Amino acid sequence: MMKSFGRSMAMLFGRKYVKPSADEMTKAVKDLYAFKRTPDETAKRRAVITSKDEIKRGSKWRNWRWLSIIFLNLIFVLSFRADIQVVEGALTASRLVGFHMADLNSSLQVMLAFKVVLINLVIGTVTVLIVWWLIGGRTFCSWLCPYHLLSEFAEMAHLWLARRGIIRDHPLHRGTRTVLYVVFAVLAFVTGYTVFETISPVGILSRAFIYGASVALAWVGVLLLIEIFYSRRFWCRYICPIGLTYGLVGSVSPLRVVYEVESCHHEGDCRRICMVPHVLDVTKMGMSPDAKVGLSADCTRCGMCVDICPTDSFKYEIKGLSKLL
Amino acid sequence: MSLLSLLPKILGGKKRQTTRERRRFLRSAAFGAGVLAVSLLGFVPIIGKWKTRLRPPGALDEDAYLASCIKCGQCVQTCPVEAIVLADAEDGFGVGAAYIDARAQGCDFSCDAIQCVLACPTGALSHDIDAKEQVRMGMARLDRPDLCLARKGEGFVGAVRGPAFKGLLRYAEIDRWTPIPVADHPYDLELCDLCVRQCPIPGAIELAPVSNDPNDPRRTPIVHKTCTGCGTCEMICPVEPAAIVIDPREETSA
Repeated sequence: MMKSFGRSMAMLFGRKYVKPSADEMTKAVKDLYAFKRTPDETAKRRAVITSKDEIKRGSKWRNWRWLSIIFLNLIFVLSFRADIQVVEGALTASRLVGFHMADLNSSLQVMLAFKVVLINLVIGTVTVLIVWWLIGGRTFCSWLCPYHLLSEFAEMAHLWLARRGIIRDHPLHRGTRTVLYVVFAVLAFVTGYTVFETISPVGILSRAFIYGASVALAWVGVLLLIEIFYSRRFWCRYICPIGLTYGLVGSVSPLRVVYEVESCHHEGDCRRICMVPHVLDVTKMGMSPDAKVGLSADCTRCGMCVDICPTDSFKYEIKGLSKLL
Repeated sequence: MSLLSLLPKILGGKKRQTTRERRRFLRSAAFGAGVLAVSLLGFVPIIGKWKTRLRPPGALDEDAYLASCIKCGQCVQTCPVEAIVLADAEDGFGVGAAYIDARAQGCDFSCDAIQCVLACPTGALSHDIDAKEQVRMGMARLDRPDLCLARKGEGFVGAVRGPAFKGLLRYAEIDRWTPIPVADHPYDLELCDLCVRQCPIPGAIELAPVSNDPNDPRRTPIVHKTCTGCGTCEMICPVEPAAIVIDPREETSA
């Protein structure tokens, strides 16, 4: 238990997935792998993978997710522009029919820079912390963040160009995000300015939608261009400290995507579409410590793997609830 | 073993770096530094003092204000005359921080109880104040005395700032609760006293004679210490450019 938590955190900070040692693996999963490695089973799997029947292109969760991003951001916009006053403010901080909410990362930057914490900000931060803890941490990224949606379109363009051999992906080390996280925290504390907010595409986009277009949008444009032509999901994968903040929250969240070894064909469709494919390294043959495991903290709970998996080896699960039901 | 030599072990776990990994490392360092550099560009307008902004009522001192403002715009949303706007990239670290462009729309305290202060979740607009008289955003100053109509002994007839002007003002004698467009409220004044007439703080500004001759109609605006710097006078001043302007507190205290 503690061990798997440690692995999940190490991966969040940038370490590669490490294959569990023999004594870290349960008997159940060892037996499963042993069975799956028999020549008969291997041949069966190979036949299914190469046949056309295997291909599945579900988009159920993606559709819900896009709807969620658009709907939630629209409420912010209409609260001001159409004066419906449901959520007043922007994604950095707001009030939901009077109740304070504050983005965890924005709030952290302000606390570090200002060094005075008002009770309203504490209320807002704790409220948001509880909400995102309940529903999975980086769920923020894939179900609410407006940049995430734009970045998905950029990713489509990137993959389209890459398939035609016009460009190729240039991955960065995922530890970059951890280094920048510390640097931005130190900068906020030392300079007394919320340095990261200046370039946060989440804040820039949210404010632009609500209050009107800004020159700062050019920076978001630059990021999208980098993602299209140079490095796939550059910002979300390697840079964004907001993602790391919510990843930390998600590390102890009850809501997660779980993976079951038994039905898995290990063909890797999920790893190819995932924004954080290192959390899916567990799906490689012989890599899972248990027959059923929750994906690690960095998982954004976007559900793309749930959609694409031809054997339905992924499921959304609320820890503890499945035992009750 | 030093912490630095441990770093690759924590992050990579590989003992021997391949060319690909080395390239990836350099790329990461370059792009990480690049992102950092862009964020630090925000320092330039601060150090260069490109903009001295009139901050909303209750704003802390500029440095503390920029540190504490969470750039959410809740103050913008609550302001009945929409006097508050958010800064753009030219403000550097101040991007998304609220300010008032008094010439376009002054704060006329239409909300009575400083709603923007109450809306602020971080205390960037200090909750220590609870009445408009306590506000110290800046100070009005007669910037171009030669343009001032009162100093020339002239009156003013018509819509202040033209029919297209979008600024709002609350006229207590018309509607105690709802501000209306200044353009919908023409004036007919023998001697222009708009800055005094529309000042929401009683006694913050007055017109004084410019000579000892009782028949001399000329008057000059005198700004008193009770001025809050709300910017109503700058907005309502009918000449172009405004004869009276607000010096943001940052300027007056420096």
